Amino acid sequence: MASLAQALVETGEKGHSPWSDARVRFCKNRQGLVGLALMGFVLAFAIFGSFAAHWPIDKIDFQVMGDVAREGGPSLTNGHFFGTDELGRDLFARTILGIRISLAVGLVGTLIAVIVGTVYGAASGYAGGRVDNIMMRAVDILLSIPSMFVLILLLVMFGHSIILLFIGIGLLSWLDMSRIVRGQTLSLKQREYIEAARASGVPAQTIIRRHIVPNLLSIVIVYATLLVPGMILAESFISFLGLGVQEPLTSLGALISQGAATMNYGTLWQLLFPLFFFIVTLFAFFFLGDGLRDALDPKDR
Amino acid sequence: MALLEVRDLNVFFQTNLGPVFAVRGIGFDLDRGETLAIIGESGSGKSQAVFAIMGLLDANGWCQGEVRFDGANILNAPSKILNPIRANRMAIIFQDPTTSLNPYMRISEQMAEVLTLHKGFSKREALARSIAMLDAVKIPDAKSCLNRYPHEVSGGMRQRIMIAMALLCHPDILIADEPTTALDVTIQAQIMTLLRELQHDFGMGVILITHDMGVVAGAAERMIVMYGGQVMEEGPTDAIFKDATHPYTRALLASIPRTDQPKEDLRSIPGDPPDMMWAEEGCPFAPRCDFATTGCRRSAIALKPFAPNRLRACNRPIAEVQ
Repeated sequence: MASLAQALVETGEKGHSPWSDARVRFCKNRQGLVGLALMGFVLAFAIFGSFAAHWPIDKIDFQVMGDVAREGGPSLTNGHFFGTDELGRDLFARTILGIRISLAVGLVGTLIAVIVGTVYGAASGYAGGRVDNIMMRAVDILLSIPSMFVLILLLVMFGHSIILLFIGIGLLSWLDMSRIVRGQTLSLKQREYIEAARASGVPAQTIIRRHIVPNLLSIVIVYATLLVPGMILAESFISFLGLGVQEPLTSLGALISQGAATMNYGTLWQLLFPLFFFIVTLFAFFFLGDGLRDALDPKDR
Repeated sequence: MALLEVRDLNVFFQTNLGPVFAVRGIGFDLDRGETLAIIGESGSGKSQAVFAIMGLLDANGWCQGEVRFDGANILNAPSKILNPIRANRMAIIFQDPTTSLNPYMRISEQMAEVLTLHKGFSKREALARSIAMLDAVKIPDAKSCLNRYPHEVSGGMRQRIMIAMALLCHPDILIADEPTTALDVTIQAQIMTLLRELQHDFGMGVILITHDMGVVAGAAERMIVMYGGQVMEEGPTDAIFKDATHPYTRALLASIPRTDQPKEDLRSIPGDPPDMMWAEEGCPFAPRCDFATTGCRRSAIALKPFAPNRLRACNRPIAEVQ
């Protein structure tokens, strides 16, 4: 359809899509913009911060190693901007890595949830009847299994690999998404334009792809932005237990866990720096999600 | 042999409270160039009858009978057979133009979808045909209209766009399911005139479904009056308007408000529409009928011819009813 839209551009006047209207509404939403700015800040720090780092993530600074509490604090002179961890490794570089891995887990897990959940939910809702029943009961059964427990079991049985963490979180998180999408599809199916498409002989897959999914997208986007912090929290929890990302790699959850373990020994910065970025990231996504919901679903306000 | 032949069509719905008999034994013929009106109040089964013909019933509905299109029985046919017919040879316009267009697609994309699907048109050809068709339904500045999204055009315009979309493939039969119900009266008249002109130009057969007697007058040659899923009376429109022979038709006609006669209270038909779960024998209109006897409530009514081209389903003699 892109070429058709191109062909139409010549004729001059262009309609305003519901998306462009939503963009205008979002740009007027202060909370959403704050969320976007915070997220931009975190992303920029994660991407470009490593250029400012003077130390690699796994190099131990032997000058501070013996006496981290006194020597390893944040300082500009020795290049440890955020100080060092208790082994004497640069916390600045490790925080950047932690943000990258936490964001990656959140985004990849959400992506899996969005794709699998949308396809599964839309197919189930559109098919209806017995097919819908079977597909949704399968989701119910999977939901009734305590997911965190399964995830921990998986990591214990198959080793602590980050790939497994990605897959495990992603595969468990599409269930809620598919339910939301299925419910929305059921109500969309009653709309007359879906009926009109059916009455025009449009095949079912095309109806789902061209008519149902674009109409689901606004609710999926909102739910996805709220899902990302959930994923980051889940990963942090797993890492806090020591089952997630393995050394020398790290994540925000692992850093917070290490910082919390040593906070009584006068090295509070080891907890505060990762915690600060953790909280800012979560706030950014929550603000962004709220802003998007207001922008994409103006009736709901 | 007519292009579309419907014989003894029955539609049921399975609900939590039991089966609902939506349509019982409707039948008609339709050829190119003809207009048939199906009239009845809401819940009389008129829409479900045409949905069944096009295979659009909800999952809990099923139907029996015979629907021959171009000689082949298409009732309950799989979508592989129905899809090439839908929109291409038999098109439908829905009641509510405000929800009949996908809000996230440009009008051009929605119109092109049908043409690329059925006719294998390229984008450019589809666009040209869409513009021509929007001109045919008298949309000013069709080009810029194509660029718009549905929320940017008015309800009357949207109904015109829906009509244009239905006509894109030059179908043989057009089903208009209450095409004017959601529009205000001035637009109603325009749309009805437009439909008549287009029918003349394209030589389509039209099934006009409505609850509005005023819409039928002058728009259809033949009409079927439905009540409680059954045909009450059938015949040429003029003849039915002149001397209706069924108590229900007469009550409907009497309830049309008129301005050319002295003021009086609006007339209505006392009682409520029938409960469609109620599957007993007997005339569905009997509980509200002024002429009903105990016999009417017990014995089934049958649609019988009583004059050339005219049928009625009533146990009472014509003279007594009139």
